[in-house]
Amino acid sequence: MRNTIVSLISIILGLIAGGLLMLFIGASPIEGYTYLFQGALKNISRIGDTLATATPLIFTGLAVAFAFRTGLFNIGAAGQMLIGGLCATAVGLTFDLSRPILLLAMIAAGILGGGLWAFIPGYFKARFNVHEVVSTIMMNWIAYWTVYYTVPAYFKGGTETESQLISETASLKTPVLSEMFQGSYINLGIFLAIIAVIIIAFIINKTTLGFELKAVGFNRHAAEYAGMKVNRNIILSMIISGALAGLGGVALYTGNASSIQIGILPSQGYDGIAVALLGANSPVGVFFAALLFGILYSGTGFMNAMIEIPPELANTIIAIIIYFAATSVLIHRVLNKFRKTRSNANDVNGPVGKKGEA
Amino acid sequence: MSYVVEMLNIRKEFPGIVANDNITLTLKKGEIHALLGENGAGKSTLMGVLFGMYQPEKGTIRIREKEVKISNPNVANQLGIGMVHQHFKLVENFTVTENIILGSEPLKGMVLDIDKAAKRIADLSKHYGLNVDPHSKIEDISVGMQQRVEIMKMLYREAEVLIFDEPTAVLTPHEIDELMKIMRNLINEGKSIIIITHKLKEIKAVADRCTVIRRGKGIGTVNVKETSTAQMAEMMVGREVNFKVDKKASTPGEVVLQIDSLSVKNNRKVLGLKNFSVEVKRGEIVGIAGVEGNGQSEIVEAITGLRKVESGKILLKGKDITNIPIRQRIESGIGHIPEDRHRRGLVLDYTLENNMVLEVYNKPPFAKAGLLNGAAIKKYAKSILENFDVRSGEGGASIARTLSGGNQQKAIIGREIELDPDLLIAVQPTRGLDVGSIEYIHKRLIEHRDKGKAVLLVSLELDEVLQLSDRIAIVNNGELIGTVKASETNENEVGLMMAGVSKEGSV
Repeated sequence: MRNTIVSLISIILGLIAGGLLMLFIGASPIEGYTYLFQGALKNISRIGDTLATATPLIFTGLAVAFAFRTGLFNIGAAGQMLIGGLCATAVGLTFDLSRPILLLAMIAAGILGGGLWAFIPGYFKARFNVHEVVSTIMMNWIAYWTVYYTVPAYFKGGTETESQLISETASLKTPVLSEMFQGSYINLGIFLAIIAVIIIAFIINKTTLGFELKAVGFNRHAAEYAGMKVNRNIILSMIISGALAGLGGVALYTGNASSIQIGILPSQGYDGIAVALLGANSPVGVFFAALLFGILYSGTGFMNAMIEIPPELANTIIAIIIYFAATSVLIHRVLNKFRKTRSNANDVNGPVGKKGEA
Repeated sequence: MSYVVEMLNIRKEFPGIVANDNITLTLKKGEIHALLGENGAGKSTLMGVLFGMYQPEKGTIRIREKEVKISNPNVANQLGIGMVHQHFKLVENFTVTENIILGSEPLKGMVLDIDKAAKRIADLSKHYGLNVDPHSKIEDISVGMQQRVEIMKMLYREAEVLIFDEPTAVLTPHEIDELMKIMRNLINEGKSIIIITHKLKEIKAVADRCTVIRRGKGIGTVNVKETSTAQMAEMMVGREVNFKVDKKASTPGEVVLQIDSLSVKNNRKVLGLKNFSVEVKRGEIVGIAGVEGNGQSEIVEAITGLRKVESGKILLKGKDITNIPIRQRIESGIGHIPEDRHRRGLVLDYTLENNMVLEVYNKPPFAKAGLLNGAAIKKYAKSILENFDVRSGEGGASIARTLSGGNQQKAIIGREIELDPDLLIAVQPTRGLDVGSIEYIHKRLIEHRDKGKAVLLVSLELDEVLQLSDRIAIVNNGELIGTVKASETNENEVGLMMAGVSKEGSV
């Protein structure tokens, strides 16, 4: 509850700051925001695009949040996405199976690829105490170059810089959805994301595995004392986190897009950190934070077309929101003060609140 | 005589709790004033109010006869109030001098003038007999020395009123004596001291007056000289307290724990425990006595599996457990009240409920097929918390961090006894607890023994070891000096053995 309020305040402050920026460059903030939100939500097709934009962010946000709950900082979501996407694309381009089986195989390949990519830093952390921030960042670049050489060598498409297009059977896009959303590139990925949110929330809150992972995250010494296998949990947490990011890659490269490009680390990897932060590391929070990011990213083009506001503004607003979310201590403090003055006022007017024992 | 500090009718509330209700405390110039109360009675809160960490809802504070509003610790510092916290606030890899000047660094032009500061610290140290080396690093000096650095911090800032929050909880008996000497020196130099404690012995030894609070309410202020320890204990707890531990003679049964020439390395990677052997039988309490850091932690961590064994064997009920995983040890019947409740004993950010099932969360009825059963956990936790009188703001739903230290300790002890282990390892089980709680915990440990279980007690408090144990194993420098029957020994003999003098004909 508290965290939700803090996140909402961060968002509002970020939007206000963005509005000030618009004023500063001589545009009307009201018009600007109208176009921004119109661009994201004006019609059913744009809503579909917004959801599709948000999908990989839901996955990477979940990946970062989940690892963070176990006390791990997974900076490698971008690399895990790339490998997950590469594996899924490879399966999609190589095998000629019936659609449901092929899609399941691609999803499994994405999970395995991402999971493997995060297993390595997890293992090094558990075995040699190598800090995961360093090793996941290095894994990002290994993924980058792996894709860089694998794609032209085995899956070369129309140009040097991208893979062949996957067939329609191998795409997460389905005619039903595309028609329903009037030509949007929304795809099955959003459903996978919703399922992932539910599963992760369930694991964290209701299972013994979640209990252990959180205990290790909060205090690994106490977890060890209580007989939990700390190292196994660190590795497991990284694998699950990587698998989520890998799924994000599946959604991005075989859903939103139809090919994988070389020479690009997907920006969703690092955005995932911001999404997790704004979502206060809770799965549901991540879901809504990713939707907000989706709105800002997909509305910004329309805004730019309609009014003289540069598209970088969306990034700026996001940055400011993250800034406020990251300094949420300040917001907490203001809230406390507010609460206190209110309860003092109550003191004067009525009976004092609850009594208890020290 | 004039008052330096007057706290009048202070009231401080937290959500769900009135921590201080109409409490008055006055401090005369040049006196040592004890603030006595049970764990969670509101002592630390009251001092937090004086030190500017909390704002009182009601009441006035007067410093040197002037009414003041202390809105934060900086204001308190300016008013000449300094505090030594129970958990020191020092930067481990800074030197003594660097720690002391932190926040008020002396400058020479644009650069730090460390030398000047170090010299002043050396002078102060000499003046008050603190014997602190300004150039050693915090991580290299003992806990007692670290405390002196904290004291020095206040002197450096020219504090007139010094608050000590349970200063002796972390000290060895010798260090406690030294601290008392230092406190007397400070008084002679015109400082005034408030000492938060629940150790009556120390109050008797050093304090002039004593203010007692109980469950957030002020009970009264007495002159220490004219009041007996029993009277003070009664004021604090609200009933008569039995200082003597009642217990029947032990009837030892079969061997539960057998340690056979065990050697274990310590944190510095040298043998901290050498060829140590001991037996604990059903129905007896075996105490390990020794000065801190003489191998006790190594023994405990080797038995519980937190530390690797170099050589030797550990048998539990005849089964070799030397190299099995921690969880299996717990399941085969080892309960462990750890030395450091914050590091090992609790997940501080978990609720009390979750902490109460920390070792059994995956067993029925708390979990089935990997799914937690919240209702069963809640019920189980509630019964432990009630049973062991753990007081918290929101019951089982409270975050463990929000509890006072004593209540945290009671929760841990409750959790471990509730496991009903064949071998209960209790390390410093009453550290930081008030007499009422100590009495209660001692009773529970003896009850556990009388149920036919084995108890291994490790404590730095010699009194506690002597009173509770049936047999006492004395360690020095990682070696077993000897084992004696508690009924046939005394403080002097054990004290000598703790210093490494072995005794002829030990059992």
